[in-house]
Amino acid sequence: MSLSSFLSVVVEQIDIVEAPVEAAAHAVNPWVAFAYLVAGVCFIFALRGLSHPTTSRQGNRYGMIGMTIAVVTTLITHDLASLPEIIVAIVIGGGIGFIIARKIAMTDMPQLVAAFHSLVGLAAVLVGWAAYLNPGAFGILGEGGAISPVSRVEMGLGIAIGAITFSGSIIAFLKLAGKMSGAPIMLPGRHVINLGTLAAILGLTAYFTQDQSFWIIAVITVLAFIIGFLLIIPIGGADMPVVVSMLNSYSGWAAAAMGFTLHNTAMIITGALVGASGAILSYIMCKAMNRGFLSVIAGGFGSDAGGGGGGAAQTDRPWKRGSAEDAAFMMSQAEQVIIIPGYGMAVAQAQHVLREMTDLLKEKGVTVKFAIHPVAGRMPGHMNVLLAEANVPYDEVFELEDINGEFAQTDVAFIIGANDVVNPAAKTDKSSPIYGMPVFEVDKAKQVFFIKRSMGGVGYAGVDNDVFYMDQTMMLLADAKKMVEEINKALAD
Amino acid sequence: MDFIAILSIFVLACFVGYYVVWSVTPALHTPLMAVTNAISSVIIVGALIAAAEAGSPAAKWLGLVGIVLASVNIFGGFAVTERMLAMYKKKERPAPKKEAN
Repeated sequence: MSLSSFLSVVVEQIDIVEAPVEAAAHAVNPWVAFAYLVAGVCFIFALRGLSHPTTSRQGNRYGMIGMTIAVVTTLITHDLASLPEIIVAIVIGGGIGFIIARKIAMTDMPQLVAAFHSLVGLAAVLVGWAAYLNPGAFGILGEGGAISPVSRVEMGLGIAIGAITFSGSIIAFLKLAGKMSGAPIMLPGRHVINLGTLAAILGLTAYFTQDQSFWIIAVITVLAFIIGFLLIIPIGGADMPVVVSMLNSYSGWAAAAMGFTLHNTAMIITGALVGASGAILSYIMCKAMNRGFLSVIAGGFGSDAGGGGGGAAQTDRPWKRGSAEDAAFMMSQAEQVIIIPGYGMAVAQAQHVLREMTDLLKEKGVTVKFAIHPVAGRMPGHMNVLLAEANVPYDEVFELEDINGEFAQTDVAFIIGANDVVNPAAKTDKSSPIYGMPVFEVDKAKQVFFIKRSMGGVGYAGVDNDVFYMDQTMMLLADAKKMVEEINKALAD
Repeated sequence: MDFIAILSIFVLACFVGYYVVWSVTPALHTPLMAVTNAISSVIIVGALIAAAEAGSPAAKWLGLVGIVLASVNIFGGFAVTERMLAMYKKKERPAPKKEAN
């Protein structure tokens, strides 16, 4: 145990310079507070690095450095008697996390992120309970050996937010992983139930300042678990990008609330960063779907069942069916092709063959660009990761507003696995559920190829798409991967 | 630290978060979520204190479980972010091999 003996020497050094160890938790050593501040600043740099792919990995390293500083600072300023157990716990958790990170398929990132959120939530609940059981260790004792009232409020709220994050993320995970139907589950009177539960949590937290009984903490935890569950079950599959972002935000607020309880600047800074991050991502997702945040929370939109309602595809309208050879010929003659991928591409695992197709086209002198809608995929930026995994250079991938003006000068728009994000009804039909959503103006392209499994199914929103029936549209009805493979064969000949 | 000092840090950090996150390129929003996941597990600090301090065996066990959960997130979050970021590459194929055709 040379490490622990080294660390105890360090602690002794600190003890000599500073106040006795039992007072350390109360009167925080300024160097300790400074170290946590440095950790917080490292986390700011970690996010800052993500402003561009070239600086992003450096940012991630800053994050790791910050975390190391925070953990080491905590360890050397506290009792080291339990160090072996702590190290075992870190090794177990770290090993599991590392293996998962290595093995996870990029298509499964949304559910992985949801699962990770649930762990942050549960950890916050456990820390809150531990702080209740051993308040002296956290330096939150007020007069007369009771927990100080401010700390009790922070503790109650921290536990509640953590528990909501936990149970909400579990439901989001189950829905995203397909272990539970993505269809919204609507309880009668759910708004009354939710608001009542929320009011009960706030009321109990207020009462907790008067009465420090264990049952109050226990009831707050249980109620918060229930409300997290109730909040997510009515939200449909189409709104999942918002939900994942929202839970990201909650996990941040949970960390911040615990930072308040523990008077820890690293936790507060990080919590605020993560909370802001999730909130902004939720906002971007809502805006990209032209949905109000409250109406997403209210739920009920976008059942996975699809095809229902008044808008099932009307196959009696005339449409043209194209073949892989048609697509290969038209695209090889084109000057510019814009590819619009959607979640269907990810489901069919077609990203790699799609990249081969772009390589073949580029050899023929065709300019190929990818156009990504903010809500393509199941979480913010999901499609970009999938394309990056397939070795598509990031400078060939464009955002909606950067490329939408180019369709008029584009010979071929190639739609693969997307639907609602190219539906012109969003611009023209005020009665459409997706009215107002920003969409790609593919109707301006000279030729449109639309890969779809059949004419029957419609997008998440369950509305018909006029693009199917345009003069310049050819429907390529097949599995996305098989169709692109055939196009590649035709292109190679 | 008194409550107002902590609140000041929190409010200012919210503003920093607001501006920093808006500067993140949309292409990196998935890695952003993965890395925020990892850093929000700084909550491990609370779990470490609970596990290290004597006084309550129950709190110690809660702390140890908290350490396991947060470690899954920290190691998993940073590792998966690193894996994703390594995939983002610039255009660097100037000479396709089949140019002769």
